[in-house]
Amino acid sequence: MAAQALRHTPLYEEHKALGARLVDFAGWEMPVQYAGIKAEHEAVRTVAGLFDVSHMGEVVIKGPQAEDAVQRLVTRDVSRLSVGQAGYAAVCYESGGTVDDVLVYRIPEDFLIVVNASNREKDVAHFRENTGDLDVEIIDESDDWALLALQGPRAAELLQPFTQTDLSAIKYYRYEVGEVEGVYAVLSRTGYTGEDGFELFVRPDDAPRVWRRLIEAGAVPVGLGARDTLRLEAGMCLYGNELDAETTPLEAGIGFAVHLDKEQEFVGQEALRRENEAGLKKKLVGFKVEGRGIARHDYPVAVGGETVGSVTSGTLSPTLNEAIGLALVAPDVEDEFEVVIRNKPVAARTVPLPFYKRDKK
Amino acid sequence: MAIPEELQYTKTHEWVRREDDVATVGITEHAQDELGDVVFIELPEKGASFGVGDAFGTVESVKAVSDLYAPVGGEIVEVNEALNDAPEKINEEPYGDGWIIRLRVSEETDLLSAGEYEKVLEEEE
Repeated sequence: MAAQALRHTPLYEEHKALGARLVDFAGWEMPVQYAGIKAEHEAVRTVAGLFDVSHMGEVVIKGPQAEDAVQRLVTRDVSRLSVGQAGYAAVCYESGGTVDDVLVYRIPEDFLIVVNASNREKDVAHFRENTGDLDVEIIDESDDWALLALQGPRAAELLQPFTQTDLSAIKYYRYEVGEVEGVYAVLSRTGYTGEDGFELFVRPDDAPRVWRRLIEAGAVPVGLGARDTLRLEAGMCLYGNELDAETTPLEAGIGFAVHLDKEQEFVGQEALRRENEAGLKKKLVGFKVEGRGIARHDYPVAVGGETVGSVTSGTLSPTLNEAIGLALVAPDVEDEFEVVIRNKPVAARTVPLPFYKRDKK
Repeated sequence: MAIPEELQYTKTHEWVRREDDVATVGITEHAQDELGDVVFIELPEKGASFGVGDAFGTVESVKAVSDLYAPVGGEIVEVNEALNDAPEKINEEPYGDGWIIRLRVSEETDLLSAGEYEKVLEEEE
């Protein structure tokens, strides 16, 4: 193992102490599970789970033309974001294919873009290439931040004793700057699990203490394995699975984050407009496997023996105890098709997304 | 990790218990631990025959799919159907109720002793 080459988050020692199984994820040695994926998944659905997502990248765009730059770089109309608000968006190539899917935070003067770990270097290069004519500074602050995600129905109640910030006042996709356990923190009501919860940006040196306090208070440590099953149940895209350079955000079903009518042109807007008018070349569907078997990434999707697409993500849903998946298929594919599981076609049926939706109080 | 002395093993982490010409096969405690929560198993039909090293089924955890290889060759005389509804037995009792198939042995090869298998695990570390 080339363990020396792997990067470590500030919480690496905590993971080791908790007996996590560590794997290489996008060049980072990350916990895939602690107690077990099913138990961790259930903890997030019923109580609260704590994730280390410090491998994710934080890129700050600042300068007099910061808003112009971000408008050009992402599909969302960020002029509609107010200070204290975050928005999900795609970053596209001129072709309309996807560079990354990101969260854009408007901070008083600037913007913070949270990017996927696997895309960090590519994104920063893309941001710079496409804003050379603007008066902006693009700063990769990824190494200056640790990111913890506390997710689950009890997340707010568990976190509140550690902060003066009134968590009930932070709405979904909003954030506040404050303190957690006496250290500087950005408290963002966002997540990737389909549950209520917070993502906490803290300084790397402070991260282990915050992590330990939250675990002591009852948060269950959760690895990347359950992070994947949770986001899949919630119908959320994973870059590299549902999204890539050959797939547009419209095809991947995240058109809600694409503002085609945005006045300020974004990279890829023309291609996406044309695709929107001409019709999609493929579409993302959610499905359940009706026969026996579990669909997995890259398994073919077929209708009457003819391949019409492929599975982008699939698993046995721990919450539903059914084999679920997402697939990119030809636009004319209807509700029934087969997933080819190790050369055996197995019946599947499309279902509306998300697979799982939490009860809102 | 338990490695019972009385069993024989493969490098692909199956175990074998011999009783006369019938061999019971399962996966080792190490294998189930590596896989994580087992959620699905594909079992062969009773009466099917497999040669040494043939893939006779698959076991899937939440994250991964893993083929099962026949440590000995022969005809399947029994499959653990209970695993279809309770695949987690493989995690809970890999050497007990988590057994997978029974074969009438017609082809054999050198298998690992518990001590030899332990060395294989140490080398993998």
